[in-house]
Amino acid sequence: MNPIKILVAAKRVVDYNVRVRLKPDHSGIATDGVKMGVNPFDEIALEEALRIRERGEASEVVVATVGPHEAESQIRSLLAMGADRAIHIETTRETGPLEVAHVLYHLVQEIEPGLVILGKQAIDDDCGQVGPMLAALWGRPQATFVSKLTLEGGRAQAVREVDHGLETVEVDLPAVITTDLRLNTPRFIKMPDIMKARQKPLDRRPFENCGIDLPRLEVEAYLPPPERVAGLRVESVSELVTRLRDRGVL
Amino acid sequence: MDAILVIAEAQDGQAPIAESTLKTLAVARKIGAGPVDLAWFGAGLDRLPEPAGTLNGIRKHWVFDDPRLVHPPASLVSRLIGSRAREYSHLLMPGTSFGRDLLPRLAGLLGAPLVSDVLEVLGPRRFKRGIYAGNIHTVVRVPDGVPVLLTVRLASWRPIVVEEGPAPAPVEKIAVPGTIPVDARFVGLEVDQSARPDLQSARRVVSGGRSLGSRENFALLEKLADRLNAAIGASRAAVDAGYAPNDLQVGQTGKIIAPELYLAFGISGAIQHLTGIRDAGTIVAVNKDPEAPIFKVADLGLVGDLFAVIPDLLAELDRQGIGR
Ligand SMILES: Cc1cc2nc3c(=O)[nH]c(=O)nc-3n(C[C@H](O)[C@H](O)[C@H](O)COP(=O)(O)OP(=O)(O)OC[C@H]3O[C@@H](n4cnc5c(N)ncnc54)[C@H](O)[C@@H]3O)c2cc1C
Ligand SMILES: Nc1ncnc2c1ncn2[C@@H]1O[C@H](COP(=O)(O)O)[C@@H](O)[C@H]1O
Repeated sequence: MNPIKILVAAKRVVDYNVRVRLKPDHSGIATDGVKMGVNPFDEIALEEALRIRERGEASEVVVATVGPHEAESQIRSLLAMGADRAIHIETTRETGPLEVAHVLYHLVQEIEPGLVILGKQAIDDDCGQVGPMLAALWGRPQATFVSKLTLEGGRAQAVREVDHGLETVEVDLPAVITTDLRLNTPRFIKMPDIMKARQKPLDRRPFENCGIDLPRLEVEAYLPPPERVAGLRVESVSELVTRLRDRGVL
Repeated sequence: MDAILVIAEAQDGQAPIAESTLKTLAVARKIGAGPVDLAWFGAGLDRLPEPAGTLNGIRKHWVFDDPRLVHPPASLVSRLIGSRAREYSHLLMPGTSFGRDLLPRLAGLLGAPLVSDVLEVLGPRRFKRGIYAGNIHTVVRVPDGVPVLLTVRLASWRPIVVEEGPAPAPVEKIAVPGTIPVDARFVGLEVDQSARPDLQSARRVVSGGRSLGSRENFALLEKLADRLNAAIGASRAAVDAGYAPNDLQVGQTGKIIAPELYLAFGISGAIQHLTGIRDAGTIVAVNKDPEAPIFKVADLGLVGDLFAVIPDLLAELDRQGIGR
């Protein structure tokens, strides 16, 4: 098989360790001064692409981000991890999955990758939509929630984490893959690579030039979820069992 | 005119109708925007899964029955349903791995946004859903002029009560054209065979974390689960370490569950884990660290070493004659 190109889609999100809060007036999420990072699933997507390239099965790994100017810092870290080049579609608006899928579809037509790897979900909107949407626009097969991936003879074999176990599927290339957590463990970035990443090509394009005008969900309100409050500390196993019986759950 | 299409969970004709399908029908009923049709994809569907054939409130069944539709690939299913989907104002699927794979693909084809994991229906085009691992809820509105597509957050819904209708709804079988390209093939499914209740629908769940330390120790939980007729769950750390299979992971990226009783042994209570149990009835935490975050959400907390607590608990259940 000739080496393919791989496109990886990565999103800048609030760091997964941060407990997000509403703005006091409930008009949105308080993100000022909050630590940001790359969506963890997307780091896994890039790691997988790099491993494929290191096995000689891919010639180039391109990362794409749709997001604000500040996302450059996440892009630089993805370049430092080992991506060959990056495309930054800049916008200050909160893009929805359908818009992102359309942007990526534009890039797919330009780059003609053999694989596009995305995260199974972004941990901010928890949508899990962009991968399959892109596959639909492109008219190519998809393998979602993937925890193992091998390429052979113009096909990919993928193990998927589904509700009842592990499903193995085979898809023709080009294809869209979305990553689950157990696909791999992303490498750490080394200092010298951070320096090198500054020299790598970063192509910035305004979102507005993509000519995308699509229906979007309108967020009417942000609300705190009903809180669970801490209950009782019990002192012994027998007290625990008694209390469970009192609650009628045993 | 408004009409709702529910795409049923893929299954073979022999099994009874999936609970996730019945929950999705509950959402359809709540939306209440016109007649409800059901679409079925699978193999061996000469008879519909019981009791779908006589279910009250269904206008019509579309049945796509073909050997190529065992574990149907989304690329194939979306092609089959694509043109018919345009006849509906609403398209609904359960938030199972089948629905989360297929419905966004259909949304891409139809050029419509998708509302994932609906918690609550507020109107025919207004829904509540969680973001940031359920730490924030949002009310979203689907704009006019596009169909409403949504997946159902199963832990938030009860299945409809099955009632027989006055007459069985008509069934339309649709042949899958032999010429349709198949670019994705099912190869195999590795299921963890266990006689225990299913994690997603079990009334009780016994769950363990990294602290169990080994696959052998994890089996300690099995004894307790068997006694309580409970399903087994696990934290991501326990699954990553290989103590439990992936389909037992509870949390943001695993299963979101709502059992009556959730017993967490040696689980710290990371946000991503808590997302999965927010809707549980009673949460019990056993942890040797009194500061563990899980205690902030537990209804009953016991500070202690799980390796001592579990045998004590089994003995106490014996003593009180529970689960025998
Ligand atoms: C994108 C993303 C998604 C994630 N999704 C999920 C998810 O879906 N589900 C999930 O669970 N996690 C998820 N995680 C991981 C999560 O952040 C935590 O790392 C994980 O839940 C920790 O598992 P744990 O509680 O078993 O382990 P630890 O955090 O290591 O906690 C072990 C606990 O056991 C206690 N303990 C130790 N020994 C004993 C003993 N003998 N007796 C009693 N208590 C003892 C300790 O006090 C400690 O509280 C996700 C993380 C990321 C970044
Ligand atoms: N703004 C974005 N820029 C680049 N990739 C994105 C963006 N949003 C989502 N993605 C990709 O799509 C995946 C799923 O996102 P979502 O459908 O929003 O949950 C993410 O893991 C990313 O790989």
